[in-house]
Amino acid sequence: MIEIRDLAFSYGNNLVLKGITTTLEEGKIYGLLGENGVGKTTLLTLLCGLKRVQAGTIRTDGENPFDRSASLLEKQYYLPDEVAPVNMKAGTFAKEQGIFRKGYDHGKFLKLMEEFETDPSWKMSHMSAGQLKKTYLSFALACNCKYLFLDEPTNGLDIPSKAQFRNAILKYTSDDSTIVISTHQVRDLENIIDPVIILDRRDVLLNASLQEIEEKLFFDYGTELHHESLYSEQLPGGFIQVYPNTEGKESKTDIEALFNATHAHKELIKGMFKK
Amino acid sequence: MEFNSNKAIYLQIADTVCDKILAGELKPEDRIPSVREYGATIGVNPNTVMRTYEKLTAEGVIYNKRGIGYFISPDAKEIVLENNRKEFMEVELPAFLRKMELLGLDPDELLSKSNLII
Repeated sequence: MIEIRDLAFSYGNNLVLKGITTTLEEGKIYGLLGENGVGKTTLLTLLCGLKRVQAGTIRTDGENPFDRSASLLEKQYYLPDEVAPVNMKAGTFAKEQGIFRKGYDHGKFLKLMEEFETDPSWKMSHMSAGQLKKTYLSFALACNCKYLFLDEPTNGLDIPSKAQFRNAILKYTSDDSTIVISTHQVRDLENIIDPVIILDRRDVLLNASLQEIEEKLFFDYGTELHHESLYSEQLPGGFIQVYPNTEGKESKTDIEALFNATHAHKELIKGMFKK
Repeated sequence: MEFNSNKAIYLQIADTVCDKILAGELKPEDRIPSVREYGATIGVNPNTVMRTYEKLTAEGVIYNKRGIGYFISPDAKEIVLENNRKEFMEVELPAFLRKMELLGLDPDELLSKSNLII
């Protein structure tokens, strides 16, 4: 479990994160959403201990990630958005890097590369951006870490790779792992992320499971606008709109609509989901 | 898996399981995949599949053997049929009748036509 309390971080005078308090539980795949520049990547680098919090605390299984203890480092993997095209064959790179990781399974790496249709004998410096990303994703999953932080993992992936990525994340992670995926490509990941975290400038607007979201909000794909509609968007066949679910009806979360509704009514949504 | 846009995913997965029971693809005492396995196959979060299994367990369609997994109940087919009939009578039929009225179609005329097809 990761507990974040009153976290603050700034780059010089630019205060990015402030008063962030939230908990990340085991066995969940978190979708970390937020507009450009709200600090998603900063938060991920703080979680994996690459940066030090300036106020507040982060505790991963009771440890401060910035202490970079071996016991915690072996449990986590951070995959940045941009990865290095090293001048090595993918298989050799993975094998040599894997030595430093306790849980690394080279067989699993090769299997993932096969599923991603990427040849481990290719030189990484000659790969396309998508192939390189798939190599790193395969390595990240083959490390068998309990904590996996993925920054925009579907950027650069072609259409078939996106489905392969979804299946790989579900198939090759264990029941007790905590995965945090920051993304703008919500359509790519809509069915695999749950709970959803919406980060705003200096605030967490929402950290809720889809079940909680669907209990409190109704996602209506209809032709008539509702008077309590928090957000609506015209679609070819009518509207997608979001309003409070007062009648306990069942619907399907549309993450884009949820994001837009949350941004239009920050305090209201925050209040609705306060625990 | 292709999902319908407006129905909760966990209910759509429940429908799929129920359809398989009605079609005889899933039989009483068959083991169904774990939430993680099933989630990976259809590209859906295990929590969502868990919601499906909880709903089907509450309805008595499947049951959980602790530590082993989920199985199809002996009387699953009857339960699914009963639920689907109820849904047809309460939701689909009224919608169908409303549509007929909108189109100015006469139920008797339709019945005579459907006799031709049968």
